[in-house]
Amino acid sequence: MTRRGRTLWIAGLLLALLVAGVGSWYASSSPDGLEWAAEHTGFAGSAQDSATAGSPLADYQVDGEEGRVSGGVAGVVGVVVTLALAGGLTLVLRRRGTTADQG
Amino acid sequence: MLPGPPGRESLLQTVCNKVDDVHVPDGFLDVPTSVATGALAAGTVALALRKARTELDDRTAPLAGLTAAFVFAGQMMNFPLPGLPVSGHLIGAVLTAVLVGPWTAVLCMTVVLLVQAVLFADGGLTALGTNVFLMALLAVVVGYGLFRGLVAVLPRTRAGVLTATGIAAFASVPAAALTFVGLFEVGGTVDVPLGTVVAAMAGVHALIAIGEAAITVAVVGAVLAVRPDLVHGAAGLRRGVELQRRPTEPAGALR
Repeated sequence: MTRRGRTLWIAGLLLALLVAGVGSWYASSSPDGLEWAAEHTGFAGSAQDSATAGSPLADYQVDGEEGRVSGGVAGVVGVVVTLALAGGLTLVLRRRGTTADQG
Repeated sequence: MLPGPPGRESLLQTVCNKVDDVHVPDGFLDVPTSVATGALAAGTVALALRKARTELDDRTAPLAGLTAAFVFAGQMMNFPLPGLPVSGHLIGAVLTAVLVGPWTAVLCMTVVLLVQAVLFADGGLTALGTNVFLMALLAVVVGYGLFRGLVAVLPRTRAGVLTATGIAAFASVPAAALTFVGLFEVGGTVDVPLGTVVAAMAGVHALIAIGEAAITVAVVGAVLAVRPDLVHGAAGLRRGVELQRRPTEPAGALR
């Protein structure tokens, strides 16, 4: 990777970690209006808990603990896991030793 | 009038809220609909695993992984809609498709949705196929298709690419939302008056789509400014880029 490419990559990763780890605390909590609205209509009955609702990271919290650190840790873990899975997959699938702008 | 406490407004609000948080939970759609969308999603992902090879090389693969991580983070960042008890968040389908290509975008978006469903209980497990269908498949197909069409007619400039990106990102949101309404009409476990819902959805999702377009244009614009050669959807700009390239950065010198 060229130096500029590496700088871009690191900057992008830091931004993602910052958004998920810190910024998410300030995100609007309105979508929980889904639960609110479901209670007011017939939808509440049709929604079911996910089989993973007992996950230690469920609802972007560590062990269901509400708070800045808990949510931040959950966000950072999510970014790292997503990066590992998607990054690993695309690295495995890539055509090696080639670049599209060669030649 | 609808019977009982759920008046029309709250019913519409429900559907709006449900779709803003595009992640469909378990139980909202019946089994046939979940299975059908799941099968479509699985087939597309299988195809994408082969087709993405054409888009991925030593240079672009690292950006693909990063883009997925960025979309995960972006989807956590719910932004409020003025005057409504509703928020929206990035989908990221057009962002990913323009940056790293549509087949790779299908895979990246699927990974994001998989991580959200398995680790964070965000979006149901039996609804995972539906969520992949809506956000990793439909939003990419509609958004990237529109992007390609616009790029073909707009000037081959940075502004042209970003205009196409913004419009495509905007369109992808109501496309996914309205498709969900369609699925709900077919396989929903509760009856929803389709016509009025569609009308109400248009307004709410126009607002969310503005956020989607703004974030997408900002990110694609930033990458275009630093490394335009890495942007899959800006291939038409590459010739100019090559001329500007510094000789100290020979193509292919990656180690």
